[in-house]
Amino acid sequence: MSEKTGTTWTVYDANTLSQAEIYGQVLCDLGEQHPKIVGLSADLAKSTKIGMFGDKFPDRFFNVGIAEQNLFGMAAGMARSGLTPFVSTMAAFVTMRAAEQVRTDICYQNLDVKIIATHGGTSFGAAGSTHHCTEDLSITRAFPNMTVLVPADGIETANAVKASLDYPGPVYIRIGRGFEPTYYKDEEYGFEIGKAVEINPGTDITIICCGVTVLQAAGAAKILQETDGLSVRVLNMHTIKPIDREAILKAVEETRRIVTFEDHNIHGGLGSAVADVIAESGKGCAFEKVGIPDCFCIVGYPEDLYSHYGLDSNAMIDKVREIMGKDFEEDENWDDEV
Amino acid sequence: MPITDQEIKDLKEKAMQIRMDIVDTTVAAGGAHIGGAMSMVEIMTILYFKYINVDPSNPQMEDRDRVVVSKGHAGVGVAPVLANKGYFPKEELMSFNQFNSPFGMHLDSMKVKGVDISTGSLGHGLPQSVGLALGARTQGKDWKTYCILGDGECNEGSNWEAAMAASHFKVTNLITFVDRNNLMIDGRTEDVMSLEPFADKWTAFGFIVKEINGHDYKELTEAIDFAHANTTDKPVLILCNTIKGKGIDFMEDDVKWHYGSIDSDLAVQAKASIEKMG
Repeated sequence: MSEKTGTTWTVYDANTLSQAEIYGQVLCDLGEQHPKIVGLSADLAKSTKIGMFGDKFPDRFFNVGIAEQNLFGMAAGMARSGLTPFVSTMAAFVTMRAAEQVRTDICYQNLDVKIIATHGGTSFGAAGSTHHCTEDLSITRAFPNMTVLVPADGIETANAVKASLDYPGPVYIRIGRGFEPTYYKDEEYGFEIGKAVEINPGTDITIICCGVTVLQAAGAAKILQETDGLSVRVLNMHTIKPIDREAILKAVEETRRIVTFEDHNIHGGLGSAVADVIAESGKGCAFEKVGIPDCFCIVGYPEDLYSHYGLDSNAMIDKVREIMGKDFEEDENWDDEV
Repeated sequence: MPITDQEIKDLKEKAMQIRMDIVDTTVAAGGAHIGGAMSMVEIMTILYFKYINVDPSNPQMEDRDRVVVSKGHAGVGVAPVLANKGYFPKEELMSFNQFNSPFGMHLDSMKVKGVDISTGSLGHGLPQSVGLALGARTQGKDWKTYCILGDGECNEGSNWEAAMAASHFKVTNLITFVDRNNLMIDGRTEDVMSLEPFADKWTAFGFIVKEINGHDYKELTEAIDFAHANTTDKPVLILCNTIKGKGIDFMEDDVKWHYGSIDSDLAVQAKASIEKMG
């Protein structure tokens, strides 16, 4: 393990530490500066890496055992007492086992509880559907007051955890199992909650992605440029709620074709959030969403599952070519439309 | 702090007023969970008018004691206590349940002054109370957390998760009451889902249990004083044997008054009964 104790992360750290270890270390650093931060987990302190905070601040860390309802209830009470709880357990248990506590205890009372949900999507591939979580974005988006973040990699996770501390109200940060390769080289790219990051400029089509699909989309865009001469805009939509409407509408206007990729059920996640914005705009736009096709997933290594469900670079390239091949009146005049 | 005869007299007067206000609020609301509101009147009255440190003119006072009424459906028994304590004018209770009122039947901590935690869905109060109490301890604060559970709500597993945590983390700055009125919506607790041996269950989960008559101020005082003086590392639970609908003769121990409507004629009867209680 790295001896790193600083607060800025580079690709070197991200390659030597897992995504979860990075947030564990970031939390330790934040804990030094902010005595009101407490950590909680439910017998997953080691798996989620929030135990790193517990090792450093044993009096400010509470492992409640395998009891997620109590985990989030206690976090709400602690927030009400004036503390800032960071809570970490697997996404499936945050958003389904303890959904009501997250909604009613934390969101209803608009409490400063920051939730780091690990093993999101199919990232715990071999564990099967009991431990997959392809519903969490849909569930958390529907909770008023909740902010929903899906960092692309360990470096962005560091940014998200830091940003969540000063962001009012509950924040849900969805990460993977922790071993995903990184996209970002360092933290200095202008991360801001609610603002998409354009990681590749483009005018022919826009890929909107989040989490593990960001790195894949960056690779796909590069190949499509080289082999097909396509100019592919890639937006890292790390914030699912509040969604960056401006970036989406700009993409509608400027590229007229949009495709979303996410490790989540196609219902209710990133694609649905983007679709809402496009539909409300009244602008015609070729649009497709790619994700888990409303099924309980097969088991396997995550990389194999991403490939199986069309979320790797090769599948993205095929999908972009398919959309580009569709007959679409992109020169339609919108000036006289509502 | 032992209780004097004068204090008991004063508390009884206060409780009578609160019961009258609960009746008025129920009439205005068009219906309310009046049975479970009446069963906890003495618990609420002694907390708010003898023990807890709060300032109605400064509801968010940092070092106030916290009260969590986990049986949130009994909001009609909480709001009149807060009004009598001076958090807001009593007239505001007349908007209970009405369109866009701050007072829904389950009180919202973001809208009602003096409510520390929004409750309603059962089994949520004790986990949050454990969190509050641990929060106080972590910050080196002396304030206490008082949690009032319904007995039927103890069917919810989350209470027992929280009970384990209260015991494990030695949360002795939390004092938990159970309003043991023996009734829930579908019937008697022991018929719907038996709780007995109830006291033994709490003891097994690591609590010191004091079982008392929850309508008797002397017994309440002794139990609360015991909890305050507790120097063990075990939390105290006060198991309050109560009567649902207490004070209104035609409601007492009758399951049909878990939730009910009363018109102004019935309210007259109810108030006459409350007055007879003395």
